[in-house]
Amino acid sequence: MPEASVEPVEDFRRRLHPWLEDNVPRAKRPGWGMAMTQGQLSDDEELAEVAHQRDLQRRLFDAGFAGICFPKEYGGQGLTPAHQQAFDEEIWPYEWPFRLQVPTLQPCATVILDYGTEEQKRQHLPAILCGEEIWMQLLSEPTGGSDVAGAQTTAMRDGDEWVLNGSKIWTTGAWWADWGLCLARTNWDVPKHRGLSVFMLRLHQPNIEVHRIEMLNGSREFCQEFLTDVRVPDTDRIGDVNQGWTVGSRWMFYEKSFGMLSFTTRPTPPAGAEASGGFRAGDVGAAYVSEARRAGRLDDAATRELIGEAHALSLASSEGTSRIGKAMAAGKLSNQAAGLTKIIGGTLGIRQSNIALQLTGSSAAAWTEENEAAGARGTAFLVRQTGQIAGGTLEMSRNVVSERLLGMPRELSVDRDVPFRDVPRGPSAH
Amino acid sequence: MELDLTADQEVFAQTTTKFLDDEASPTDLRALRHDPTGFSSAYWRQGAELGWTSLLVSEEDGGGSISGGGLTDLALVSHQFGRFAAPGPLLPTNVVAAALSHRGSPEQKADVLPGLLSGETVGAWCWAEPPPNDRLGKVAMTATVTDDGYVLNGRKGPVEAGAQADHLLVVAQSDGRPVQLLLPAGTPGVTVVAAQGLDLTRRYAEIHFEDVRVPRTSLLGDASSGVDDIEWQLQLANVIQMHEMVGAMEKAFEITMEWMFNRYSFGRPLASYQELKHRSADMKAWIEVGHGIADAATLHVQGRGDRAGEYTSAGKAYLGVYGVDVLQDCVQIHGGIGVTFDHDMHLYLRRVVVDSLLFGTVSDHRQRLTTLLETKEDANA
Repeated sequence: MPEASVEPVEDFRRRLHPWLEDNVPRAKRPGWGMAMTQGQLSDDEELAEVAHQRDLQRRLFDAGFAGICFPKEYGGQGLTPAHQQAFDEEIWPYEWPFRLQVPTLQPCATVILDYGTEEQKRQHLPAILCGEEIWMQLLSEPTGGSDVAGAQTTAMRDGDEWVLNGSKIWTTGAWWADWGLCLARTNWDVPKHRGLSVFMLRLHQPNIEVHRIEMLNGSREFCQEFLTDVRVPDTDRIGDVNQGWTVGSRWMFYEKSFGMLSFTTRPTPPAGAEASGGFRAGDVGAAYVSEARRAGRLDDAATRELIGEAHALSLASSEGTSRIGKAMAAGKLSNQAAGLTKIIGGTLGIRQSNIALQLTGSSAAAWTEENEAAGARGTAFLVRQTGQIAGGTLEMSRNVVSERLLGMPRELSVDRDVPFRDVPRGPSAH
Repeated sequence: MELDLTADQEVFAQTTTKFLDDEASPTDLRALRHDPTGFSSAYWRQGAELGWTSLLVSEEDGGGSISGGGLTDLALVSHQFGRFAAPGPLLPTNVVAAALSHRGSPEQKADVLPGLLSGETVGAWCWAEPPPNDRLGKVAMTATVTDDGYVLNGRKGPVEAGAQADHLLVVAQSDGRPVQLLLPAGTPGVTVVAAQGLDLTRRYAEIHFEDVRVPRTSLLGDASSGVDDIEWQLQLANVIQMHEMVGAMEKAFEITMEWMFNRYSFGRPLASYQELKHRSADMKAWIEVGHGIADAATLHVQGRGDRAGEYTSAGKAYLGVYGVDVLQDCVQIHGGIGVTFDHDMHLYLRRVVVDSLLFGTVSDHRQRLTTLLETKEDANA
């Protein structure tokens, strides 16, 4: 599309603002839902919320506001990251379909956009953008989390179909999602990266059993799926047979770069807006100040120093992440630099979690109804490591950054040039 | 800043880099170890010709920037000053020149600016005070109003280039408000005590003022402009420090990467050990964050935004911890050689540590952030 035909951002904003006011309910807590596992809803409530969010997405789609950075021919708006940013700011006070962002729009839809056939794109992208299809990633397996390319779920060719067997794990919300992108082994007799293929499959079918996993904070969002003779038509394969790692690498890049790309919505309070209640990178300090004031601790020098430290780390992380994104976009850092943002979370972020707990104090350990926010802080602290594990561990990111970005020697590997069948496996994996 | 340079800025940064490469090698720095001035006047004049001292001065006053945004240009110089641990009073001269161009009377400008701009003279900003008045923002020095001017009493320090400066810009309390006074270095009653310092080429002093009489025309601006001016000048100083720190971190990291590839232990390069790879990855991330927060702070200060103080304090609070940690980890990875005088690592370590301690410590800036947040909350309430 020629530059000149792009709608000016301010025009877009003027069109969007009144539409949101007329068509989307105000949020009870702006920005709520930024982290998927934060709610503790009953199953019925959760299903109702999913249905409501599909409806919100449908309304956005019908009004021409869905998939701002997706191409027009697949139901998107063909606009720019600046438009998405304007959208993120405008939608701040309103409800938003947070359950349809990650992983549906990114990485799933973006992988389809990059590697799908014309037919696959036309079948799925508009359906995703209008809220009909919610997607999940069938990537990790119980036998290996970080070693994604070591997938053992197997797809065997049978005429025009493939037959899949195996198990996938850590799939968020698989019990209410519609489709999954699945990495499977199509050849055991070649080295591991050369025998993989990617398939799209419907999650609700008799041959897929979905188990929900209870996390230590009570969340039951994560699932494990057991695939038994699941039949997938060859037309639902993405990318070439045994070329799944090409697709997979891009897939994993998308999995680590939500903050740097503009395919998903991340509500942001407009500049100057009071951010209480929600959160915005860089505004954690303001919330701590209010809390400390209420708790009568604002005169305590140690508290003041911790608040300042947390706020400094928050601004620094956010500016660092944004700079890495810009450097990648400008081609000054390779895509492998996405791992740096994980390290920022795993180091500066960890320190911020510790400060949050310290500032909250004893009521994070035991709380009454009056003090549930403190309890939530305590519980959140127990799952502090989630961010350093999900979507590839911190250690994997450190490997990637040191090897691919800094060019340091690769780890000795015993699984590179041998047929996958002969790669040593622990006693738990048969 | 280095991400989106204009063509002119590229040339500007390259010229400074080339000059420092020729004139500020580690050997040159070591040779200045016992030099009382820490830099040669010819070096400083040449630097001034390259634009080091004119970027924050308006064109009417004889200065000028490369890109229209003088502070982003100065950030490029500061970055190289960090990469080379370069000598020269970059921070004090720029802060004093900026303050004069912004607020000076025509006479003050005419007296002082030409010399600062050409590099013939040096300015010192007498902002900090020795303990027990060394917390950020504390001013115990007094400027008592008399019939024809002021009488100054108190102590300032550490003052960079305090003994080398021709002009002193002194922060003092006058009638309960902070003001700034510009006076010649040799004014009677001023005693300069040279200090020992960590940096190899930067010289610091403590300056004692005992019944120092200065005329009314010494006042910079008026009695009410001091608060905002001093805050702005502190932000400028912090921005210069941040870019120096990031530059020094970057350079130390590059030296360490090269070392890890070339140094073999137990038959393999250090670079092949996963533990060191992971630490390197962390350091790379922290350097990128340093760039990010330093650049953001620079733009906030340049645009005179509401959050300029918040961003500069965040940057200093961040770099004061992670910058120092990166440097010390680079030393650690070198082993014994890393703590010797012959190795270059200490040149950058010194620079980062000194920058982390002056114009607000980590603790100062953290607490100041909370104060700024509190003020913002009160304003919103």
